[in-house]
Amino acid sequence: MNMDLLIPIIITLVGASTPILLAALGELVVEKSGVLNLGVEGMMLIGAVVAFAVTFSTGNHWLAIVCAALAAMASSMIFAFLTLTLSASQVATGLALTIFGTGFSALFGQAYTGKPIIIFDSMFPDELENHPTFRVFFDHSPLVYFSLFMVFAVWWFLNKTRSGLILRAVGENDFSAHSIGYSVVKVRYAAVAFGGAMAGIAGSCFPLLLTPQWAEKLTAGRGWIALALVVFAAWKPFRLLAGAYLFGLVMTIELYTKASGSMGLLPSEFWAALPYLATIIVLVLISLRRSGNSAAPACLGKPFMPGQ
Amino acid sequence: MQIRLEKRLEPSKAMLYLTPIGAVLVTAIVGMIVFSLIGYDGIGAVREIFLTPILNPLKWQDLAVKSAPLIIIAVGLSIGYRANVWNIGAEGQYVVGALFGTAVALVTRDMSGPWILPLMIVSGMIGGMLWASVPALLKTRLQVNEILTSLMLTYVAIQILNYVVIGPWKDPMGFGFPQTRMFTDSQLLPRFIPGTTVHWGVPIAAIVALLVWFLMSRSVFGFQIKVVGAAPSAARYGGFSVNKTIWLALLCSGGLAGLAGVLEATGPFGRLIQSFPTNYGFTAIIVAFLGRLHPIGIVFAGLAMAICVVGGEVAQTTIKLPVAAVGIFQAMMLFFLLASDVLVRYRLRVVSRGDVEVAR
Repeated sequence: MNMDLLIPIIITLVGASTPILLAALGELVVEKSGVLNLGVEGMMLIGAVVAFAVTFSTGNHWLAIVCAALAAMASSMIFAFLTLTLSASQVATGLALTIFGTGFSALFGQAYTGKPIIIFDSMFPDELENHPTFRVFFDHSPLVYFSLFMVFAVWWFLNKTRSGLILRAVGENDFSAHSIGYSVVKVRYAAVAFGGAMAGIAGSCFPLLLTPQWAEKLTAGRGWIALALVVFAAWKPFRLLAGAYLFGLVMTIELYTKASGSMGLLPSEFWAALPYLATIIVLVLISLRRSGNSAAPACLGKPFMPGQ
Repeated sequence: MQIRLEKRLEPSKAMLYLTPIGAVLVTAIVGMIVFSLIGYDGIGAVREIFLTPILNPLKWQDLAVKSAPLIIIAVGLSIGYRANVWNIGAEGQYVVGALFGTAVALVTRDMSGPWILPLMIVSGMIGGMLWASVPALLKTRLQVNEILTSLMLTYVAIQILNYVVIGPWKDPMGFGFPQTRMFTDSQLLPRFIPGTTVHWGVPIAAIVALLVWFLMSRSVFGFQIKVVGAAPSAARYGGFSVNKTIWLALLCSGGLAGLAGVLEATGPFGRLIQSFPTNYGFTAIIVAFLGRLHPIGIVFAGLAMAICVVGGEVAQTTIKLPVAAVGIFQAMMLFFLLASDVLVRYRLRVVSRGDVEVAR
C-alpha cells in the first residue's frame, strides 16, 4: 500500500477513535472507584448537542468543549445523587440517564438540523499540516492530542498519586477505605463528575471533529462501545488506547468501503454492523483469555451503605 | 431542624405501590415548569401529554394499541430483571421477531389458510428467543456481560432489517420504497373490536401479563427467579442453577419481545418497513421499572406510558412540541421513581438539632 493512501487512513482512524477513547478513559476512572455508570451514551449526546450549539452561536471551539464538559458533568450529578446519596440501582439509573440524554439532545438539536459548523481542525502551521509525510503527526484536531495526553494523565493519576491510590482503594474495598477515614461517597462523586466531563468532551468530538452537521443520535452507540472497551482493556489506560485504535480501524474500514463504493461481496449494512459485532467478539476473546478471573474492581456496581 | 433518613425494618408495601403514581405526578409538575422555562407552552404540554389521551374517547383505541407491545415486552424483561439478568436488547429481539414472522409471510404469500398467522407468530417468538440466546450463551459459558452483548445485537438487528427491506425483500411493486410487500389476508392480525384499530395483540398482552403473574407467584420457576435475583448464594445452596435461570430469563424476555415484534408487524404495520423499530424495546425498560417488575403493575405502567406516547403525538400537532420531548418526560419519570425508592426503604423523619446531638 502506498503512503498517499495510508496516511489519510491513519488520520481518519485516529479521529474516529478519539471520542471512544475519551469516553472510555472517563468511565475507567468511574469504574475504578467502584461505580458502573451506563449513562455514557446519554452524556455523550448531551455533550454533542451543547458543543454544536455553542460552536454555532459563538464559533469558539474551546468554549464549546468546556460547555460540553460542564453540561455532561451536570447530568452525571443526577446519576451521582440518585445512586450515591439515595443508593438507587446503578444499572437502572444509568439507563435512565442515557434515555434522558437521548431526549435532551433530540429536543435541543432539532433547531440545528441542516445548519453547518466549522470543524475544529489542526492548529499547526500549514507547512506541517500539509506536509506529505509529517502530516501524519500534525494534521489532527487538538482534541486528538488532548485524548493522548489524558491517557497518560489517567495512568499517572491512578498509579503514581496518593489520590489515585485512595480512589482505587474505594473501588476495591469500600468498607476498609471508609473505616480508615476516607469518604467513599465523596470520592465516588468526584469520579462520576470526571467521567461526565470526559463523556461530554467525547460527545463534542462528533460535531467538532467527525461530522459538522447535526443528526439525531449521532453518537450511534459509541458510548456503549466505550463501556465494552473498558472491560477489554482490563481497566488499564494504555491498553484502552490500543483498544480504541483497534475500533477506529474497524470504523475506518466501514467509511472507506462506503466512500469507494466497492463493498466487495458484502453489503454496506454488514460494514455498518461490524463495530458492534467486533465489540461482541472482543468481549468473547478476553473472557476466553482470562477464563473467568476478571480484573474488574471488586466493588463495581455495588451500592455503599455503611452501618447496615 | 434537619431531615433524617431512618431505615425501615421492612420495605413499605404502601410506598412500593404509591411511589410510581407519585413519580408520574411529580414528572407532570416539574415538566410543566421546565418546559415553560425553556420557552415552550409548559401547561399545554402537560395537558396534551397526560390528559388529552385520557379525556378524549377517540384516543382510547390508540392507548390500547400502543400499550400492548410495551406490556408484552416489559413483562418479559421483568422476569430477567428480577433475577438480575439485564437484557436491554429487547429492541433487537423485537426486530428479529418481526423479521422471522415476515420470512414466513414471504414464503407463504401464495398460500392461504388459518395456519399461516399462528405459524408467523410462533416463528417470531423463536426469532426473539434466538437473538436473546446469544447473550445467554455468552453469559453462561464465558461470563460475558449480557448488558453489552444484548445491546450490541440491537444495532446488528437493525442493520439486518435495513439490508432486507432495501435488498432481497423489497416489494417489487413498491416504487422503490424500503419496505416488503403487504401481508395477505391470512397473514394479517385480525381486529379484536371491529371498526377500531384494536387488534388481537391487545387481549394477548393481557393474557401474557396474567400468565406471567401466575407463573411468578405460583410456580417453582417464579420462585427460582426471585431467589436467584435476591440471594444468589442461597439459590446455589438450595440447588437452583444460576445458569439455568439466566437461560430461562433471557429466553422468556427474548421470546416475548419477538412476540411483540411479530404482532406489530402483522397488526398496525401490515408489512415490514425500514422505520419499523420505534423504541418500544427501550421504552419497555422504563415500563418494567415503573410497574415495579410486577406483571399487573406493568399493565398499569404500560397504559401510563402509552398515554405519554399518544399524548406526545397530540402535542406535536397541537402545540408543536417536538416528539423528543416525550423522551425527556419518560426519563424524568424513571429518575423520580428511582429517587422515590428511598421512601420504600427509609422513613423520612424531621428532627430538631437537639435530637441530632443526643443521637451522636
